This record gives sequence, structure tokens and C-alpha cells, in this order.
Amino acid sequence: MSRSDPSKPKRLAMIASQGTLDWAYPPFILGSTAVAMGWEVGIYFTFYGLTLLNRKLTAAVTPLGNPAMPMKMPFGPAGFQNIVWPIPTVAMSVPGFGALATTLMKKTFKNKGVATVEELRDICVAGGARLIACQMTMDVFGFKPENFIEGVEYGGAAAFLEYAGEADISLFT
Amino acid sequence: MTDQTKPQTHLDLKGLLCPMPVVKISQAIKTVPVGATIEAVASDAGVVADIPAWARSSGNELVTMEKVNDKEFRFVVRRLK
Repeated sequence: MSRSDPSKPKRLAMIASQGTLDWAYPPFILGSTAVAMGWEVGIYFTFYGLTLLNRKLTAAVTPLGNPAMPMKMPFGPAGFQNIVWPIPTVAMSVPGFGALATTLMKKTFKNKGVATVEELRDICVAGGARLIACQMTMDVFGFKPENFIEGVEYGGAAAFLEYAGEADISLFT
Repeated sequence: MTDQTKPQTHLDLKGLLCPMPVVKISQAIKTVPVGATIEAVASDAGVVADIPAWARSSGNELVTMEKVNDKEFRFVVRRLK
């Protein structure tokens, strides 16, 4: 129950500021789990996180600048799949490498039985999570509401802060 | 009253990773009457911590949770409200 008012459900407020595939998961995993636990959820999308509101998700990932990302192949015998491949940085600049890394990561998630970002987003929406788009960065980067999924609200920092002010947990991703 | 010894509903959560076991259980619990139990089997070791947390948070009861082997976890939950 909410710490401030035991008769109300707990509230989770999150900011989603990143648009790469590896950063798309955390807000939607936490959001879908929280709605499954009966919580109130509000996710505020800003900067590149706004791309996660597009009807068609094209989130990609690259190990370039991401030295902690383990490069493993999601196919082949178990021993082969466990090898962490050292990729020279210069190779990551080869055209198509990013698309390859994205495809391999999606296959890895599928192999392990993790839901897609779209599925997790649908669960959030179905569970009543509020998805709020930052009006300011939408204007700055030229993101168009007609490209977004249904049910997105629009607001600024004050709208988010008011929501988060009553939240039990506030997270920045 | 409800049969306390044998769950009528079985859920196969094998092959699903976080957050799907908790999401599926929360959807399934709404389909059974209050007092009824659901038995589920999952392969995600995360359920050992996640399902009890879900039960406490959603106001339902975790009846049993057991690890059959490294890839099989069986648990029973009861709908309380």
C-alpha cells in the first residue's frame, strides 16, 4: 500500500529518456510488473525515450561506446554461445554492424523467452499505466503525435513532478 | 467452500522470463473465484523471489513454492480478494 495513504495503491513514476533497445526494456519491464502487482504507474517519455512511443518501434543497439555489452552469438552449441567475442572498436563502425548487433540481441531475448518491447508496452497500457510525452522535447526534435500509439498524454516537467511528488518510487532511466 | 487440497487451475509458465510469470499470474488470478488456488510451473529462477513479492503486494496468498530442479519451480497461489 502507498506509504502516505494505506488505502491507496503504491505509485511508480519513471522517466524514460533513452531510445536504444537495451534502455527500452527497463521502463516497460518495471511498468508491466508494477501493474501486475496492482500499482499505479506513470512513465514520462523525454528526449530519445519519446521514440519508444512510436507505433512502429525501431529501437536499435550497438556495442560502440557500450564496452560492458557482452557480444555472444545466440545460435550454435552451448559452448559456442558462451563465448564472449572481443570486437575491435573499428569493426563496430563498419556499415551494418549496428543492425547486426540489434538482430542478434533480439534473437538472444527471444531464445531466452523474454517478451518484446511492444508486448511489454501493451501490458503496461492494458494495465492502466499512464504514458506521458514531454511536450518540450517533442517540439525540439520534431516528433509527431500521429506516429505515437493511442492514449499518450502530453505534459511538461511540472506535470511529471506533480505525479512523482505523490509516488512511492521515482526512477530515471 | 472451495476445495483446499487440489488447485483447479494450472498455469504453464515454462520458457517465460521476468516479468511474464508475474504478469501471467496476475491475469490468471482474476479468472478464478476468491478462495480458489492456481498451480503453476515456471523455469525462471526469478519466480522464487518475484511470486512471493507479487502475492504480498497484490494481497493474495502464496501457498507453496518449491524448486523441483534447476529449471523447474512449482508454486501454488490463492486468490484472497
